[in-house]
Amino acid sequence: MNFDLTEERQMLQDTLRRFLRERYDTATRNKIIESASGMSDDIWGQLAELGVIGALFTEEQGGFGGAGFDLAVVFEELGRAGVVEPMLDTAVLAGGLVADLGDESQQALVEEVIGGAMQMAFAHGEPSSRYDLNRVQATAKAEGDEIVLNGHKAVVVNAEAAQMLVVSARESGNIGDTDGISLFVLPADTKGITIQGYALLAGGRAAEVMLDDVRLPASARLGAAGKAFDAIEARVAAASVAQCAETLGAMETATHLTKEYLGTRKQFGRPIGTFQALAHRMSDLLIEMEQARSAVINAAGHLESARGERERQVSAAKNLMGRAGRLVAEDSIQMHGGIAMTQEYELAHIAKRIVMADHRFGDTDHHLERYIALAAA
Amino acid sequence: MDLSYSAEEQAFRDDVRDFLTTKLPEDLRDKVRDGGELNKADMERWHAILNAQGWLAPNWPKSFGGAEWNAVQRHIFEEEAAAHHAPRIVPFGLSMLAPVLQKFGSQEQCDYWLPRILSGEDWWCQGYSEPGAGSDLASLKTTAVKDGDHYIVNGQKTWTTLGQHANMIFCLVRTDKDVKQQEGISFLLIDMDTPGVEVRPIVLLDGGAEVNEVWFTDVKVPVENLVGEENKGWTYAKYLLTHERTNIAGVGFSQAGLTRVRRIAKSEMSGGKPLIENPHFAARLAQVEIDLKAMATTNLRIVSKAAAGTAPGVESSMLKVKGTIIRQEINDLARRAAGAYAMPFASEALEGSNAGLPDPSGAGPVASQYFNNRKLSIFGGSNEIQRGIIAKVTMGG
Ligand SMILES: Cc1cc2nc3c(=O)[nH]c(=O)nc-3n(C[C@H](O)[C@H](O)[C@H](O)COP(=O)(O)OP(=O)(O)OC[C@H]3O[C@@H](n4cnc5c(N)ncnc54)[C@H](O)[C@@H]3O)c2cc1C
Ligand SMILES: Cc1cc2nc3c(=O)[nH]c(=O)nc-3n(C[C@H](O)[C@H](O)[C@H](O)COP(=O)(O)OP(=O)(O)OC[C@H]3O[C@@H](n4cnc5c(N)ncnc54)[C@H](O)[C@@H]3O)c2cc1C
Repeated sequence: MNFDLTEERQMLQDTLRRFLRERYDTATRNKIIESASGMSDDIWGQLAELGVIGALFTEEQGGFGGAGFDLAVVFEELGRAGVVEPMLDTAVLAGGLVADLGDESQQALVEEVIGGAMQMAFAHGEPSSRYDLNRVQATAKAEGDEIVLNGHKAVVVNAEAAQMLVVSARESGNIGDTDGISLFVLPADTKGITIQGYALLAGGRAAEVMLDDVRLPASARLGAAGKAFDAIEARVAAASVAQCAETLGAMETATHLTKEYLGTRKQFGRPIGTFQALAHRMSDLLIEMEQARSAVINAAGHLESARGERERQVSAAKNLMGRAGRLVAEDSIQMHGGIAMTQEYELAHIAKRIVMADHRFGDTDHHLERYIALAAA
Repeated sequence: MDLSYSAEEQAFRDDVRDFLTTKLPEDLRDKVRDGGELNKADMERWHAILNAQGWLAPNWPKSFGGAEWNAVQRHIFEEEAAAHHAPRIVPFGLSMLAPVLQKFGSQEQCDYWLPRILSGEDWWCQGYSEPGAGSDLASLKTTAVKDGDHYIVNGQKTWTTLGQHANMIFCLVRTDKDVKQQEGISFLLIDMDTPGVEVRPIVLLDGGAEVNEVWFTDVKVPVENLVGEENKGWTYAKYLLTHERTNIAGVGFSQAGLTRVRRIAKSEMSGGKPLIENPHFAARLAQVEIDLKAMATTNLRIVSKAAAGTAPGVESSMLKVKGTIIRQEINDLARRAAGAYAMPFASEALEGSNAGLPDPSGAGPVASQYFNNRKLSIFGGSNEIQRGIIAKVTMGG
């Protein structure tokens, strides 16, 4: 056993942490959130230049990382700074699916993603799918040489900025079947696609993506017809690991701010951290932080394992992070008092990142049920 | 022991229901039900309707134009108002300042200010907290120095709720620096149009601007605006705080909140079935319901004791803690129920502009409300402060 980061990962962590500390402070970030696009092209370009995107892909895919621990290192730092740029969507989800399944000509997209020139989004969830990956209702029908897509994709993060979309649709079977789901990669401005965008509470933007007789050549299909489910599940596992690490980073910031505040804020003539009611709560948060870090390590370390083990670890991590995250976010706000309720204080945004993470890829309840089902299987 | 309402109480409930079904404007009801933000005109409209009915000031004595309801009646009204999605009454003038004036103010002050509260001519806000004086309210630094027939006020208040709508603010100010903190505080009524008063909005984490900073620079306040005696303000403030804490359990809000959660969970689908049929979610919902049922009875036990003339003491602290925990848990359930559709930035503050947002289960701005209501355990005496009071009263020390 060795819990140290490799030298390369340590360097990446240091570089990224320094860059974000210097370039991504609260005021800068809040301006980005309020901007029309909800993201900064400048920051994106520099993240690409620092090799942050490349670290999320394997060497075969044109990157220099791509393992669970690479994702964890990058996303913990993004989380620590409350970064709202769509790294998860462009690189881990959509870019990752193209890297995993794409033929040679489709793979060319990955290079553009790594270089920072390409934004992508993964349009999968639907209004009634909640957190189930298999409940795909959108349809793909062959018509001559063409494929025709119809359906409604819900809360697609980064859809407006994306030049290319990865869209799931059903070619056969019934809603809920894992078999019969296909993936397609297509330009976001393909005729028949309507994108209704909106801002997200925790920063960034998403959209409802309506597919209305969207016609594609068969070459737009990613991988084999009807066989995309396993790849989707594996990519969502990678995204969940990344997101758990991001939440861990955000929780680090929340507990750090709280600890500092308990030492400096005075009421009744003494630092509020000297009141045992708060000191013990802070201790509980620190205990949960260790649990959270270990949960992320467990999941990241099993991302390359066989499906059953991988998914159990991912569901365990999502369940624990949902619970620990809520506790850290709520108690950090409570121990600050009113100041933490203000938008210009860093914790406000950080708390939103932490709590809202539980609304993507399945919440703590979903993953508890899933963990039970996987353990029984 | 009898858990049923008396015939008169039942009749009273019928009257309240009748009033709410006929007099509550539909647009206000819909806004409240869907979690929209009420603007100043909305709140004033509802106040005027209640005032016309004689129900705007349930806890005031009849002699001052109040309804003089007993505690059970107030409880019934609160419950029905929430169930019918009536706007809440803005409390600052009606249930915070008025009881202080009635108990400690002069006859002239009562005659002048109370009718203006009922008519809506004055909108009051509460100027207690300062940047350095939150939980430790007695350490407040805003000063009032007597100069002939005026006080000159300097300092800063903060977290002033709805101060942007107010024309009057009741403040705690320091009038003597050389005595024990609590003994140098006075209770002063300040016209916010006076030169030297400046209101600056504070944006909260849900994007809403419901609180403000209020700055005072050489503000001249007539001495007639002192309530009671100079340097006795702390006594009045504590009296006010106990009034702030009655109704703090928010049973009606919680009941309405649970109804809303159920509505969301009935239309949100999970695994091909309504979420409400998911055993895990159903268990969470049942758990809160069980807690709420017990708390509603605790609340009634305490309010009927208060009706019998015993002032609620430590029990109101208990209700504050439990009531806010339950309300916050319900907010958490609502956000949870909405799934991915809790993510869009549906702010209560963005009045009317939520229309374009996707919301298949009709959840409204659930995540914004979840974050906004973190305030419940912070303000009005934080839950830690309340626990301290409970410990002190029950164990001494
Ligand atoms: C089964 C068992 C085995 C043990 N074995 C050993 C042993 O091998 N060697 C040995 O030396 N001792 C041993 N102990 C003794 C043990 O260390 C003491 O019980 C322990 O230190 C607590 O002391 P106390 O029982 O006097 O409780 P107290 O110290 O009187 O504590 C009573 C309660 O007050 C709380 N409390 C006390 N101080 C504070 C504070 N400052 N802030 C907040 N809360 C506080 C405590 O947490 C506890 O809940 C054992 C005890 C048990 C029950
Ligand atoms: C949305 C909102 C609206 C408000 N509206 C108004 C208003 O209209 N008018 C007004 O005057 N004020 C208002 N307030 C202010 C509110 O009353 C204060 O926020 C509250 O008193 C807490 O003070 P603080 O925020 O300075 O936190 P602090 O007092 O600094 O508290 C920080 C933390 O320390 C804890 N703490 C403090 N002392 C102790 C202790 N002795 N033991 C254990 N724990 C302790 C607190 O519980 C809290 O967790 C509002 C606040 C908010 C958030």
